[in-house]
Amino acid sequence: MDLEAPKIKSAEEFFYIQRNYQKQYRDNNRFIAICGDTGCTARNSKAILGSLDRCLKEKDLSETVGARFTGCLGLCESGPLVIVYPEEILYHRVIPDDMPEIVEETVQAGRIIDRLIYRDPSSGEKYAYARGLPFYKKQVRNLLSGNWKTDPTKIEDYIAQGGYEALVKAVTEMSPGEVVQEVKEARLRGRGGAGFDAGLKWEECFKASGRKFIICNADEGDPGAFMDRSLLEGNPHAVLEGLIIGAYATDAREGVVYIRSEYPTAVEKIKTAINRAKELGLVGDDILGSGFGIQIYLSIGAGAFVCGETSALIASVDGRVGEPVQKPPRLVQQGYLDRPTVVNNVETLANVPHIIKQGAENYRATGTEASSGTKIFSLVGKVNNTGLVEVPLGMTLREIIFEIGGGIKEGKAFKAVQTGGPSGGCLPASYLDLPTDFESLTEVGSMMGSGGMIVMDEDTCMVDLAGYFLKFLADESCGCCFTCREGISRLLELVQNISCGRGSLDQLDLLKELAEVVKDSTLCGLGQTAPNPVLSTIKYFEDEYRVHILQNKCPAGVCRALITFEIIESYCNGCGLCKKNCPSDAITGEQKKPHYIDKDQCDKCGICFSTCRNEAILKQ
Amino acid sequence: MKKNTVLGLEVPCGPNGVSVITVLQAIQGYYGYLPEEALEKAARELKVPLIDFYSVATFYKNFRLAPQGRREVVTCAGTACHVRGSEKITEEISRTLGVDISSTTEDGEYSLKCVNCVGACALAPLIIVDGRYYGQMTPLKVRRLFSDNPTKTEQTVSSGLSK
Repeated sequence: MDLEAPKIKSAEEFFYIQRNYQKQYRDNNRFIAICGDTGCTARNSKAILGSLDRCLKEKDLSETVGARFTGCLGLCESGPLVIVYPEEILYHRVIPDDMPEIVEETVQAGRIIDRLIYRDPSSGEKYAYARGLPFYKKQVRNLLSGNWKTDPTKIEDYIAQGGYEALVKAVTEMSPGEVVQEVKEARLRGRGGAGFDAGLKWEECFKASGRKFIICNADEGDPGAFMDRSLLEGNPHAVLEGLIIGAYATDAREGVVYIRSEYPTAVEKIKTAINRAKELGLVGDDILGSGFGIQIYLSIGAGAFVCGETSALIASVDGRVGEPVQKPPRLVQQGYLDRPTVVNNVETLANVPHIIKQGAENYRATGTEASSGTKIFSLVGKVNNTGLVEVPLGMTLREIIFEIGGGIKEGKAFKAVQTGGPSGGCLPASYLDLPTDFESLTEVGSMMGSGGMIVMDEDTCMVDLAGYFLKFLADESCGCCFTCREGISRLLELVQNISCGRGSLDQLDLLKELAEVVKDSTLCGLGQTAPNPVLSTIKYFEDEYRVHILQNKCPAGVCRALITFEIIESYCNGCGLCKKNCPSDAITGEQKKPHYIDKDQCDKCGICFSTCRNEAILKQ
Repeated sequence: MKKNTVLGLEVPCGPNGVSVITVLQAIQGYYGYLPEEALEKAARELKVPLIDFYSVATFYKNFRLAPQGRREVVTCAGTACHVRGSEKITEEISRTLGVDISSTTEDGEYSLKCVNCVGACALAPLIIVDGRYYGQMTPLKVRRLFSDNPTKTEQTVSSGLSK
């Protein structure tokens, strides 16, 4: 790495430097990529990198074989993942001790290590090459493909792969108006949730005069969603490039990346990216000799879900309590420091370089008429292939969950999928063939949201889940509007009553009525969408609510007040394991004789149920 | 606020200089929490009403007005963790360590915090102890992790969890 690299002053200089980086990259095409995303790091991938480094040094291969600690490689369920280049051989569930063997066998001898390659959990088929995996095959990884080959801390890697070419094209060949036009024609819709046309927002801001701001919203608060984190950790320069192009198009000279503090790695990566871009003159004054310049600041959140709402976000950037304010005036008219401000989501910005590079028409070829391009989903919950998937907008839920996601864990039955985070809704199996685009999801009572997709099986109780989201939102309500502050708490109370067996059919009606009131009478998106999880679960799973109310039973066996544990005498061999592990001392019995559970003492934690080796514990 | 230091600590600037949030982040970064005395001093130094500090400090989840335990246990309550049973994990930690959510054990050893989502959903349900992630937790694994002999358990549990 050339630390003394001088600032790039023109397009010619950029392409000269890019050719150098590309040559370096091509010359070092033998490398091993190790996933350095939070999920794989949590499973010790840093130690894998250490082991690889040691091994390469011992064998004197450090010069010829590279090691890249990359962003998310996608298939988190099978982490830590390792890909050997240039063949793109994928190894999964790797441990540090596997590295010497990978170097000897695969890198030196060119053989594939059978025990480390991926096996499809449903078909049992083996896949050695990353691109062949069913998980990747159906995806269109426009935004995520950079993660595979890029060391996120190295701007050289990004530039070698065509990064910042779009910025060069925008500032040297296009006027801001032309950039706006291109993005408008591409029909780029905001990926943060609402799906507002990004080009229109830019156009309005461009027309305003004076000091303006552009803010990248990286406050990814939806539980179960990690698309933005992975983009920032895996390919921070793509987001940064989008932000700079956005600033050029709107003529904003100051940019802010607002990022949540729960993502420390992403904070580090974007910080490094900004500094490296500054060193090369891609951020700062007079970028590429165009006269356009931008200063970029980092603003780290302090933990409040409501700050994902743009007006609350702006209050937070300003250091105040994050309470949303009435719109209009809209932020493009009066935003941060009362100046015109554009707020774009991370993924929206990451799409921008692609639009500028390939042109609006080509970009629109992916996706549907009204929702163009791809969308990243974090596919999580009771699905086999938990991970990050990028698909063309409009792909059906079935394709995503069953073909890419590999179906439901442990062969259980699919029950529902929740999209759109706490503001979204739960959709039953009858909607599996619904295309995932902004309109279709909203029509059936859910929403696209930022891209969390939580799959649930027969063991998930929908009443409990509605209660979970309400509790989350009751905690996160800023307290500004009465109907949000009190209304959500009352909704939660009603749902909890039902899951405790104290519910009535009148309460179910009241729940529906109150949900509509909260929806209609709150100021910001948080309150307006808060009842969605309740309304959608009632709409599609009303029977389950009724069983709770009328029969005092929880069919999924989740709601504690409605379940009991019992030992089946004939199955119990008296091993004492349950007794030993019971935290409430509710189990009695002599060794080698059937044990008993004292139902009054039992607090239904379920430890006995999961520890019993003889399936002698009955949950009902 | 144009100044970029407070109590001798450096505070990062935004387009509008330093803000109440960045000042509090700097103070908490240094002390580990927000001591009353430090807040009073900082408020005088920056000529900001003390109430501004407290309103922000109590609104946002990350700010702490009391010192934390020597070890920090974080449980994830994201949706993916929830559907895979995180509630039972949190409960078990609470019971094993004798500490409520958002509080610290009497001996000042453990603080328990419950967060909305750490974005590592493949490991669900997961907990983080002093920055180290433990995935696919069960109430039993929790008990083993926090039993009396920490060095021994750490080894057994971590080897069991690394895959």
